[in-house]
Amino acid sequence: MSILVDRNTRVICQGITGKVGEFHTRGCLEYGTRMVGGVTPGKGGETIADLPVFNTVAEARDVTGANATMIFVPPPFAADAILEAVAAEIELVIAVTEGIPVLDMARVLPAVENSKSRLIGPNCPGVITPGQCKIGIMPGYIHTPGNVGVMSRSGTLTYEAVWQLTQLGHGQSTCVGLGGDPLVGSSFIDILALFEQDDDTHAILMMGEIGGSAEEEAAAYVKEHVTKPVAAFIAGRTAPPGKRMGHAGAIISGGKGTAEAKLEALRDAGIEIAETPADMGTAMVRAMQRKA
Amino acid sequence: MKIHEFQAKELLRAAGVPVLKGKVVRTPEEAANAFKSLGVPVCAVKAQIHAGGRGKGKVEGSEQRGVELAKSADDASRIAQGLLNKTLVTIQTGPEGQIVRQVFVESGCDIQQELYCAILVDRAAGSPVLIASTAGGMDIEEVAVKTPELILSEPFDPDRGLGAYQARLMASKLGLPTASWRYAVQFFQALCNAFVSLDASLLEINPFVLTGEQTLVALDAKMTFDDNAMFRHKDVLSLRDESEEEPAEIRADAAGLSYVKLNGEIGCLVNGAGLAMSTMDLVKFHGGEPANFLDVGGGANVEQVTEAFQIILSDSNVKAILVNIFGGIMRCTTIANALVEASKTIGFTVPLVVRLEGTEVEEGKKILASSDTSIITADGLTDAAQKVVDSIKA
Repeated sequence: MSILVDRNTRVICQGITGKVGEFHTRGCLEYGTRMVGGVTPGKGGETIADLPVFNTVAEARDVTGANATMIFVPPPFAADAILEAVAAEIELVIAVTEGIPVLDMARVLPAVENSKSRLIGPNCPGVITPGQCKIGIMPGYIHTPGNVGVMSRSGTLTYEAVWQLTQLGHGQSTCVGLGGDPLVGSSFIDILALFEQDDDTHAILMMGEIGGSAEEEAAAYVKEHVTKPVAAFIAGRTAPPGKRMGHAGAIISGGKGTAEAKLEALRDAGIEIAETPADMGTAMVRAMQRKA
Repeated sequence: MKIHEFQAKELLRAAGVPVLKGKVVRTPEEAANAFKSLGVPVCAVKAQIHAGGRGKGKVEGSEQRGVELAKSADDASRIAQGLLNKTLVTIQTGPEGQIVRQVFVESGCDIQQELYCAILVDRAAGSPVLIASTAGGMDIEEVAVKTPELILSEPFDPDRGLGAYQARLMASKLGLPTASWRYAVQFFQALCNAFVSLDASLLEINPFVLTGEQTLVALDAKMTFDDNAMFRHKDVLSLRDESEEEPAEIRADAAGLSYVKLNGEIGCLVNGAGLAMSTMDLVKFHGGEPANFLDVGGGANVEQVTEAFQIILSDSNVKAILVNIFGGIMRCTTIANALVEASKTIGFTVPLVVRLEGTEVEEGKKILASSDTSIITADGLTDAAQKVVDSIKA
């Protein structure tokens, strides 16, 4: 099983003719992802990495039967690219692009909500079901097929967690990068619901960070609806208030979104806490042993 | 990006938000002249720095506040004298304070009531939201913590803007007299439009006031902008005042690095914001204090890494550096070569602990081992944090 993507997922890349889009399209192909084409307006008819390039997403979908897209379109045009994918009813839209204006996302999200599409990101590493399908920029080899579902707001921190799991002998069902921006298409709760229903996912590891209230909401959801063992890490315990730490999302304001508040909510929901980033894999193991 | 109060007020005035007349000055003489030319009995003389809490803040070594009222040109001159080129310490500047380079002399007005409002993007609602409270004045943070029910909010669609009915609803809940409502509609709608059209990330008016004529006026204005949207606002970008920013942060920005200066002793160089924050957490967990947040991003090259080191070392508090790279897109060999290169050109005077993992890690470690540098290598996060903290104690 797994969630969101598997070996049958047919993927196009929006922005395939850009340097980054092409590079990662090749990376996904090498991993074994069924890449079926790409889209760049005005470059239809070209070929990149032996894949056909189309002018529009609708055309790409009609010809290739794509049901997922990864977006590498530059920030000024990325919101429009997401809307185009949604209009073409692509089931899974993964926006990797970093730096989209937040008000552009405020305009995009209602359109996504009223559509058949699910949006992951923006500003995210993507989604991978190890051994089957990689959509995004994560290094494939650190992953191994297994039964831990991983989700996170941060890219390299996810790699760190996945690597720890792999070294401890625990593979992953699917790893989802939610994105580090204030407004993103899918929340921890959306993905928790999918992991809870997925037979191949036996445990869930989540990495949050300071800012916002997504982790607190996730904790409340876990308490109510999740039966599987859950472990969590919160990045930014030492970050001072009012300072933006790279991720637009990671800023503490008005006493809200502090690491302490998040950790308390997570503990209260029975979630095993990783005290340090070196402890993420082992916290997952502790959670699994506790529930066993 | 932040701008000064007087700049924000210019933008708001153009957007149709009522603000008072004022002049920005740089000398006590100019302040006296500004008072005279405004021709009102009372003026507010306000320090212009990129931080709030000025009204309660004090100039270092004196009782001078960041905002004071002047009843004469001499008053204005004296207050400006007390502020200009002095260090103002407020709750938001931290203990080191900020130097006041400009002062805003602004007309006083007939105040019946002080209130608070702000616009920001609410993650939970997924849209911009207007919030307001009758608890105007300086302690809105306290209000938010102690009596959150006193803070009202109205989310709005960025393209449709705030509905007139929403503005009236807000005015009604705030208890504003009905005679003021038509001004309230104009005031709130103009603020929301300014927020959207300028791609602000925060627009805070603390306070806005109800005047004797039942109109609403913005007495203060704090505005920050979405850096990601500045490509479409060259006019706003021109308002940037680099003298208000940390020099090292400006330098990092120019090099495409994300850097935030902190007060500790251990410099950190990491790829990825989440991992960078976690690395700082880990340093602290092992008894060290991080000197900075620094994210070199996903595809840094030798030049960027060298610049990153120079920025970290420009902070004289730094006694050791921890490099933590999880190579994904970035290869460990790239970072290893950059480290060796940088150590040759810069010549490290402090211990350098390096932890590499990920793509091409073995080759990367070999490059470090065979180099003629004094780099301390570490295996895993804990080992790295332990080694860098120990290196300072030794």
